[in-house]
Amino acid sequence: MMHTAGSKKSQIQFIKQKAREIRIDIVKMTAKAGSGHPGGSLSSADIVAALYFGDVLRVKHDEPDWPDRDRFVLSKGHAAPVLYSALARRGFFPEEWLDTLRQLGSPLQGHPDCKRVPGVEVSTGSLGQGLSMAVGMALAGKLDRKDYNVWVLLGDGECQEGQVWEAAMAASHYKLDNLIAIVDNNGLQIDGKVEDVMGVSPIDDKFKAFGWHVFRVDGHKVDLLMDVFRQALDVKGKPAVIVADTVKGKGVSFMEGEKDWHGKTPNAGQLEEALEQLEAI
Amino acid sequence: MSEMKATRDAYGETLLELGRQNPDIVVLDADLSSSTRTSVFAKEFPERFFNVGIAEANMIGIAAGLAHSGKLPFASTFAVFATGRTYDQVRQSIAYSGFNVKIAASHAGITVGEDGATHQALEDIALMRALPGMTVLVPCDARQTRLAVMAAAAHQGPVYIRLGRAKTPQVYPQDAGFEIGKGLVLWPEPEIQGRYNAVLEGDRVFDVAFVACGITVGLALEAARTLEGEGISCLVADMASVKPVDEDLLVKIARCSKAMVTCEEHSVIGGLGSAVCQVTACNHPVPVVTLGINDEFGESGSAEELMKHYGLTSEHYCKVARELTKG
Repeated sequence: MMHTAGSKKSQIQFIKQKAREIRIDIVKMTAKAGSGHPGGSLSSADIVAALYFGDVLRVKHDEPDWPDRDRFVLSKGHAAPVLYSALARRGFFPEEWLDTLRQLGSPLQGHPDCKRVPGVEVSTGSLGQGLSMAVGMALAGKLDRKDYNVWVLLGDGECQEGQVWEAAMAASHYKLDNLIAIVDNNGLQIDGKVEDVMGVSPIDDKFKAFGWHVFRVDGHKVDLLMDVFRQALDVKGKPAVIVADTVKGKGVSFMEGEKDWHGKTPNAGQLEEALEQLEAI
Repeated sequence: MSEMKATRDAYGETLLELGRQNPDIVVLDADLSSSTRTSVFAKEFPERFFNVGIAEANMIGIAAGLAHSGKLPFASTFAVFATGRTYDQVRQSIAYSGFNVKIAASHAGITVGEDGATHQALEDIALMRALPGMTVLVPCDARQTRLAVMAAAAHQGPVYIRLGRAKTPQVYPQDAGFEIGKGLVLWPEPEIQGRYNAVLEGDRVFDVAFVACGITVGLALEAARTLEGEGISCLVADMASVKPVDEDLLVKIARCSKAMVTCEEHSVIGGLGSAVCQVTACNHPVPVVTLGINDEFGESGSAEELMKHYGLTSEHYCKVARELTKG
């Protein structure tokens, strides 16, 4: 869809609004579930909102297996809430499902299960595997001469997994310009700062050395994200990676930059406070 | 002796045959294509062949992604890497997602030989059997390998096919047919050609029933021939489909046998022996001796020497059967 200057502005407003709704869903879902990963879900909310509500991903909610769709792989599977919220709000499944996160019998497993949830492309949760699967999808697209793109969202801590770099090597070897990786570079992992636990920086130089076209962007500036997505789609002859600098827990003051909110959920009082902050944005 | 051929050779030829029939078939390898015989496919279909280099985890992930987007991938490397090194990738990226990937692994078991324990997969069947939804096939000769690979291609869902390095004799005189989940009684030899399991329809009782897979099927048959000459009545069943295992056949065998002996080129923990014991213990308990490698790693040596060393010989099978039937 083409956007004029005016509609582009309204589109940015629309994405921001969706990102806010997604953040509200994330804190509500994880609070209700009493477990889950709000920190890394909140850090990627703007990225995911831009992909799903900025006409970036060509997907059909009523035909989730449409062969020509763009693929989105949530390699950092613990950020399931952000994906579930976006999919529900795009109409892939009823929003009521969000209340059942992590409950026995719910399609919304703690980590995404592609057999249970329409719109979830592959099951993820064991870190480091999504990029390889995305390489496979991109290769299939090339073989079939289809023009779909494959998008993958990785965590920066996840880049400590060796398999990420095996896949990075292969993506550039096969010149997969239909593959775009985004690194949610929030700087934190379970045990602390990524740089303290096991430094992965400079992530952009590493990808560059592996033959990728590298972009760097503020992962919370929707207009910049949209620009960089367009540029990434134009890269030819090599895969593109967008290192998106983000804040873990973004949008909820007491969660921001706090490693403990990786896998901790808000209690009733904290939920109230979080919702007040998010609704005031 | 009949024609000698390694199951991996039959795999390479069958891949080519399948590749000519089905344009969706893609093949992956991790720098072992000349050993796994995927090179045969690569030569004719270079655009559908992906050599990912020495990166097995990535190979499994790419195979999952290709299957996700409509391809029918066969991923090959040595069994020790295809299962142990990549267990989490096979579990999460393939089995849990339910993707239609075929993992065809060569160089399984001790017949790898001189490379030694690092390259001898003795627990791969156990690992793959434990994964929900995974089919495990262990063909015994070249003809059966062709049929097993065809059956795997036709089957919707992940399949592990265990192949060997060593040249082995033909067990089946002609194509016997192959069905996932079905075992075949090869001894006593069928009175009517091809009616392998008809012997179980009568009320014969056997002193010893061998249940084998892979390279040990031929050895068990040799043992049965020797033992029959000594007045010990035998049955030999080929259980190439280790998972799903043919429970009906195993219960029938248990009902007409005084004792059972399982034979495999694999650890006695978690492989065919375990599968057989689980079925018989729950349905029709009968004494079972599980033969294979006893909770230890392999070592270097020629394939033949190692088979002797670990008791994978028809002589050893005879000895075990004689002791079982002694007063």
